[in-house]
Amino acid sequence: MSLNIIVLAKQVPDTRNVGKDAMKEDGTVNRAALPAIFNPEDLNALEQALRLKEANPGSTITLLTMGLPRAAEMVREAMWRGADGGIVLTDPALGGADTLATSYSLAQAVKKFGNYDIILGGRQAIDGDTAQVGPQIAEKLGIPQVTYAEEILDLKDGFVTVKRRLEHGVETVKSPLPCVVTVNGSAAECRPRNAVRVQRYKYASLPVEQEKMSERVKEVVAKRPELTIKKWSAADVEADPAQIGFAGSPTKVKAIEAVVFTAKESLRLDDNDEQIEALVKDLIANHTIG
Amino acid sequence: MANYYTDNPALKHHLQHPLMEKIVELKERNYTDADKYDYAPLDFADAMDSYDRVLDIVGEICGTKIVDNAESVDHEGPVCEGGRVTYAAGTRDNLDTCRKAGLMGMAMPRRLGGLNFPITPYIMAADIVSRADAGFENLWGLQDCAETIYEFGSEDQKQRFIPRACEGATMSMDLTEPDAGSDLQSVMLKATEQPDGTWRLNGVKRFITNGDSDIHLVLARSEEGTKDGRGLSMFIYDKRDGGVNVRRIENKMGIKGSPTCELVFKNAKAELCGSRRLGLIKYVMALMNGARLGIAAQSVGISERAYREALAYAKDRKQFGKAIIEFPAVYEILAVMKAKLEASRSLLYETSRFVDMYKLYEDISKERALTPEERKEMKHYSRLADACTPMVKGMGSEYCNQNAYDAIQIHGGSGFMKDYACERVYRDARITSIYEGTTQLQVVAAIRHVTTGTYLSLMKEYEAREVKESLQPMRKRLQAMMERYEKAVEAVTSVKDQAYGDFMARRLVEMAGVTIMSWLLLDDANRNDDFVATANVYLNLAESEVARHAEFIDSFKIEELADYKAE
Repeated sequence: MSLNIIVLAKQVPDTRNVGKDAMKEDGTVNRAALPAIFNPEDLNALEQALRLKEANPGSTITLLTMGLPRAAEMVREAMWRGADGGIVLTDPALGGADTLATSYSLAQAVKKFGNYDIILGGRQAIDGDTAQVGPQIAEKLGIPQVTYAEEILDLKDGFVTVKRRLEHGVETVKSPLPCVVTVNGSAAECRPRNAVRVQRYKYASLPVEQEKMSERVKEVVAKRPELTIKKWSAADVEADPAQIGFAGSPTKVKAIEAVVFTAKESLRLDDNDEQIEALVKDLIANHTIG
Repeated sequence: MANYYTDNPALKHHLQHPLMEKIVELKERNYTDADKYDYAPLDFADAMDSYDRVLDIVGEICGTKIVDNAESVDHEGPVCEGGRVTYAAGTRDNLDTCRKAGLMGMAMPRRLGGLNFPITPYIMAADIVSRADAGFENLWGLQDCAETIYEFGSEDQKQRFIPRACEGATMSMDLTEPDAGSDLQSVMLKATEQPDGTWRLNGVKRFITNGDSDIHLVLARSEEGTKDGRGLSMFIYDKRDGGVNVRRIENKMGIKGSPTCELVFKNAKAELCGSRRLGLIKYVMALMNGARLGIAAQSVGISERAYREALAYAKDRKQFGKAIIEFPAVYEILAVMKAKLEASRSLLYETSRFVDMYKLYEDISKERALTPEERKEMKHYSRLADACTPMVKGMGSEYCNQNAYDAIQIHGGSGFMKDYACERVYRDARITSIYEGTTQLQVVAAIRHVTTGTYLSLMKEYEAREVKESLQPMRKRLQAMMERYEKAVEAVTSVKDQAYGDFMARRLVEMAGVTIMSWLLLDDANRNDDFVATANVYLNLAESEVARHAEFIDSFKIEELADYKAE
């Protein structure tokens, strides 16, 4: 059975190689000083997608990313590793989005994309570390979600079986399709770029990038539609202006300070409602939440 | 995330050598493949961009995976059980990654599943792989064998074997036997022709790198009753046909991840590759030249690793209140290491370009008649490749050993412990000056280019090139070295004594080698300022080497030979 697979990915600053000038004086990330990379866990998700494609010949993998136009690099990178193509959701109006606005925008893009069987994404991005976008997209689309996925064990008859990596072991769950699966960093690493694909898709580009290419390359790109990466705006995905970008983001950063964690006290709960309710009450009482 | 291609600007410098334009144009037959294959280059710039991108993949895999697996592969090594070899887990991981990255048939034509890269970027990949894990380079680098099938096999054989190799079938070349090492004319493995035209192989091979591979090239005696090289033919054995078992694998000092096998052939079905009787005299000679260039690349990669390990340690290690790299005794060692590294690398890529040039003309000559000028050029480069291959294999592998030794010296007592990579590098380096012909045998192959003047005419080609004003003093010193070399050659060849000539051969080849490498570094410095200091350090070394050898030759009396003979 051939599948329509969407892989969600984010271009992030490489926070693993942080130098002196990684942070600005005001405590925000100095993106110019950090190379932009493919969010590592999104690569784990891509690998799961590629395995699904191998097991289900005729499947297509579309990378969906929201960001600046240069996020087209992400689509190319994915194509070099085996994806079929991609979409860059980019629009100045989408800037400044928190996870709520991001997941709304991406969910709108998925709706426009239409017919899909499964959506894969990394558990979380290394810049925000929220792990919220995948689950929120599932909620907005009204489909099931499987988080912390380590391996897709099986996909058939409209169901996917997934091994999840939990704190104290693994759990195997089965979900109806379509669904969102967010993949953990402990999953198989992504295969490398392939030498033939790198040459075949080196000119994959957004229309705006194509304007700068030589005539000879433009000719090639015109002949091969797979080399044009789709660019969608907020209007293209029929996004409500009030729910996107800065305007649609209830999260506001008040201040950032460097905190060194020290584990002074810790509490371990069993998974029963009673203990969880008690904890939530405590957290409300001391104003941690609410 | 380390990338062993992008973190080493010398590689791009060599990739961008002016001769590449001609090489790529010949390789791509004026870019006609672009109409047939959507990954073929449109023009020269596009081809160079492709090499750059693919080497970037090689650099990433090497800098993040192969290097990380090297230690466990060294400890675990391959295992032989029931006649079959199982690679170490890290080796399997490396191979799997290289297959997925499509790096197994870099130099093969597109129609057979390859990338159609010239030899030069392929050799560059070998250089990068060896820096990460020299033992793995052996397995990956055996894709060279596909080149032999491409050159000498029938079209049917090319179609059946080369696409498999490009997809990642492993290969081996089964030449050595217990009584046929350096002297391959003594090969005994028996090949018997069957009524159906296939052959059966019987006998034993020893020291076979990757001997449990999927596709073997086997040198065997097809002509009963013969005793010399003219009775040997080349065969292809497909492991799926069965009949070859691994009796044991050697417990080696280094390159432990690469299984070195003793093979038993029992009525193993095989097919003839090329013509009978040409196995050794034509095909193995071609195969060996390719393999020697591969070992030269391996040596340069190991040299690079040794230098990097030493440099990092010298910056990090503090004694007497400062980093040890601040001490002249230490930084001199590092500068000389780098000079030897870059000198051998310059010669490596110069040689690979020579090989590219003549092989491309050879390949084109199968499609159409060459023009007289092309024929002349082919001969010219073929001769230069023939002269420079043993030189770069011999001297490059010696430098690599010297650098591995010095890397441990820089580490002091810590370098003697198993905790640092430099001890593995040292063990891995040791084989490079032995296999595919010892350094002594490289001298035997090289000496005729001393006596016939190939090296001298090459030096004169370099001398005729313009260099910038600031480099003129170096050029003058090089001219003086050439004169000393010429005089030494004259002095040795005027004595008509075989033993004396053989005794002095190494000195003459080394004098030619250091002079040629100095010219190459001068050329590098002329193109790229980053090479000026290294060129100067190397020239200081080379000049003293030339003087040392010249003085030895001048003062040596032929009667003294007797003093050297062990009883």
